[in-house]
Amino acid sequence: MDNHVVIKAEGLTKKFGDFTATDHISFEVHRGEIFGFLGANGAGKTTAMRMLCGLSRPSEGNAIVAGFDVKDHYEDVKRHIGYMSQKFSLYDDLTVEENLKLFGGIYGMPRKKVAEMITALLKDLGFESERKTMVRSLPLGWKQKLAFSLSIFHEPQIVFLDEPTGGVDPVTRRQFWELIYKAADRGITVFVTTHYMDEAEYCDRVSIMVDGKIRALDTPDNLKKQFGGESMYDVFYALARGAKRGD
Amino acid sequence: MSIISVKDLVKTYNKGRTKAVDNLSFDVERGEIFGLIGPDGAGKTSIFRMLTTLILADSGTATIDGMDVVKDFKKIRQHIGYMPGQFSLYQDMTVEENLAFFATVFNTTIEENYHLVKDIYEQIKPFKDRRSGKLSGGMKQKLALCCALIHAPLVLFLDEPTTGVDPVSRKEFWEMLQKLKHDFKLTIIVSTPYMDEAVQCDRIALIQNGRFLTIDSPDGIIDKYRETLWAIRSNQMHRLLNDLRQTPGVLTASGFGETHHVTVDPSVLTQESLKNSLAALGHTEIEVTAIRPTIEDCFMDLQS
Repeated sequence: MDNHVVIKAEGLTKKFGDFTATDHISFEVHRGEIFGFLGANGAGKTTAMRMLCGLSRPSEGNAIVAGFDVKDHYEDVKRHIGYMSQKFSLYDDLTVEENLKLFGGIYGMPRKKVAEMITALLKDLGFESERKTMVRSLPLGWKQKLAFSLSIFHEPQIVFLDEPTGGVDPVTRRQFWELIYKAADRGITVFVTTHYMDEAEYCDRVSIMVDGKIRALDTPDNLKKQFGGESMYDVFYALARGAKRGD
Repeated sequence: MSIISVKDLVKTYNKGRTKAVDNLSFDVERGEIFGLIGPDGAGKTSIFRMLTTLILADSGTATIDGMDVVKDFKKIRQHIGYMPGQFSLYQDMTVEENLAFFATVFNTTIEENYHLVKDIYEQIKPFKDRRSGKLSGGMKQKLALCCALIHAPLVLFLDEPTTGVDPVSRKEFWEMLQKLKHDFKLTIIVSTPYMDEAVQCDRIALIQNGRFLTIDSPDGIIDKYRETLWAIRSNQMHRLLNDLRQTPGVLTASGFGETHHVTVDPSVLTQESLKNSLAALGHTEIEVTAIRPTIEDCFMDLQS
């Protein structure tokens, strides 16, 4: 982690009619940082994340992501970030290799480089024997690890992970976090949402959204001191209990 | 007699190539909360669908209050409540219309069984004229629970009711279930991928790849854990994990939020000797504590 700012949100706001889903949020994320983006259901996390990924335009305010502003240069934002959600990640009816080639192609990476990177990646994950395997027949845990590797395959500055470990077994969940650490060590910024409070402890800093606003943002240790809790669950509970909105 | 009795249940897909449920047997007692706990793809939903008579087993038998899930499927459907993982109410009907519809289908009225849903329904009553598709996730969940209860079922089947739900709302949902169990002696069978919810159940089955790792009360499972387990922290948590794995006598080391959980060979390592070797590696603020395992520790132990 260093002091280089890769995400800078200033008064970022999204309104749907008279409902303010994301309400003037401002924060910075540094290069190589693992940033946990927490909040109760309906707090406005998904809306904020969609704006940061260039998928929806702010009603007010702006954010600079990977050097481009999300209001006017959202296409550039999309090219320079990675994204992985729990629901959609890979094409089930393509092989492991075909999925990787497809994403390499979409991001305009040279074919030769893609081929080299696929070999290196499969070796790194211990997936060499699965190169020609249809993704649908992989165990769920493997799919999630592959999906994460795919989301950073084009070497983005930032990767957005939306509940990446939902529903995976305890061992795979931990292996997944080791992949996150590795990516962060390589300088990739990780922006992650989760409902597992133990995972919040693994983040460098955590923000907690309540009713559209960021109510707390600090390191897990400092948040625990500030809110007098023993764990991030206590902190989350203290903040989110008073939430007025559900999703 | 157990209210649910399952014997040698098997379910395969893809012409037998995928074994979703692999020869499972279990009983659920009257008035208990029974949890099926395991990751996605473990077979939880297939079990629910067989017990709620929506799909047929390849082999094996299951009964609910003495009724067979194949022969007596029509009768069973009158006596169970089922909340599937996906929101399955009529989105273009209002809250009140949905509840009235489900009551009518089961030949009853909202008034007749209102006592069962009162606590939950009052929370969404202010929105009774809103179309159910326009409700928030939390309100949809409450309405779905009301619709599953309105015909006073013998057993309530809840398939992953808390998946994707934040920790505060999860806690509130479990409080509703505990109250249903307490007030009406309702039998509830519930599935979840969240290991921390195990303690809310009277008995649980830990499930993976279509097989049970174990079935018992949460405390019973924890009591059977045989490893020596320590919680460890230092000033450099990430490095600590790798250093622990390199330490002779450490069998496994896994992140558990604010501490790492480590299983050790006590004939090789003492807490003092571990502290010393970590200090020699440059760690400070080292804390090592013997702990009682969580269900997640047990799951990981049984999984390996």
